[in-house]
Amino acid sequence: MRFGIVVFPGSNCDEDAYHAAREVFGQDAEYLWHKDADLKGADVVILPGGFAHGDYLRTGAMARFSPIMNPVRSFAERGGPVLGICNGFQILLESGLLPGAMLRNKGLKYRCEHVHVRVEHTDTPFTSGASAGQVLRIPIGHGEGNYFAPPEVLQKLEANRQVIFRYTDAQGRVDEAANPNGSVNAIAGICSEQRNVVGMMPHPERACETLLGGVDGCAIFDSVLRWVGSPLKV
Amino acid sequence: MRARVFVTLKPSVFDPQGQTIADALHSLGYGSVADVRQGKYFELDLATTEASAARALAAEVADKVLANPVIESYRIEVD
Repeated sequence: MRFGIVVFPGSNCDEDAYHAAREVFGQDAEYLWHKDADLKGADVVILPGGFAHGDYLRTGAMARFSPIMNPVRSFAERGGPVLGICNGFQILLESGLLPGAMLRNKGLKYRCEHVHVRVEHTDTPFTSGASAGQVLRIPIGHGEGNYFAPPEVLQKLEANRQVIFRYTDAQGRVDEAANPNGSVNAIAGICSEQRNVVGMMPHPERACETLLGGVDGCAIFDSVLRWVGSPLKV
Repeated sequence: MRARVFVTLKPSVFDPQGQTIADALHSLGYGSVADVRQGKYFELDLATTEASAARALAAEVADKVLANPVIESYRIEVD
């Protein structure tokens, strides 16, 4: 299958995602420049981490105007799997493809470390191969990952089972000390109502090889490989 | 015309930067500063001489780009 990895000016995890797709998982992968008008036949689209367009106004604020976001939006509306990682998650929020917004981290520090996240639901393309309650150890690297949604939106997210990853301790317990950025309800990742668009702050592409300190990120890639190859889609 | 756009986090949204600035002011002895909310300020030089058109344009730009309505609100001054 083919991964389409969007490259905005200022993306800096595009090569990591490309490497994971090609070298670790042996799949086809294509870079999609932000001015491109089509997805080059991608079966799955990744919006990678970085600082798209410099993030000068707000994180992800300008990227939503990039031409590539038109086919990405159409692809998402047709049920295509889209994964936003870190800055990619922020872009999905600014684009309205996912609800909510990001605030500066509660402690104002840029947090760059391994964290634990608990998989809440497995009925998304990116968690279908994981088990509910599974705890993944994956690195984060962000200054604005403090997820916020107004109470009514938050209530809907929880009711619709759209919270896909939560920051926990190593045992899978939600604990304020294990929440690196102050996200409401310890939210580390969510999905769209149709469940095919997922945004997450942790970087699974950086956790697919033992050389990099862990392989828990493989669960995300294994899931989407299985999902795209399966006739039973979400 | 010139439009000034003040963007701030909504009152219901926690402002980590404002809180940190307030804490810093308290530690500097400004205990009477009860709270701080920080935000962004934009000056737009507009090629219009109509105040109402300037305000409408600034509002459109603020709605679409300068502010994120999920977390921020804005105020516009025109002169």
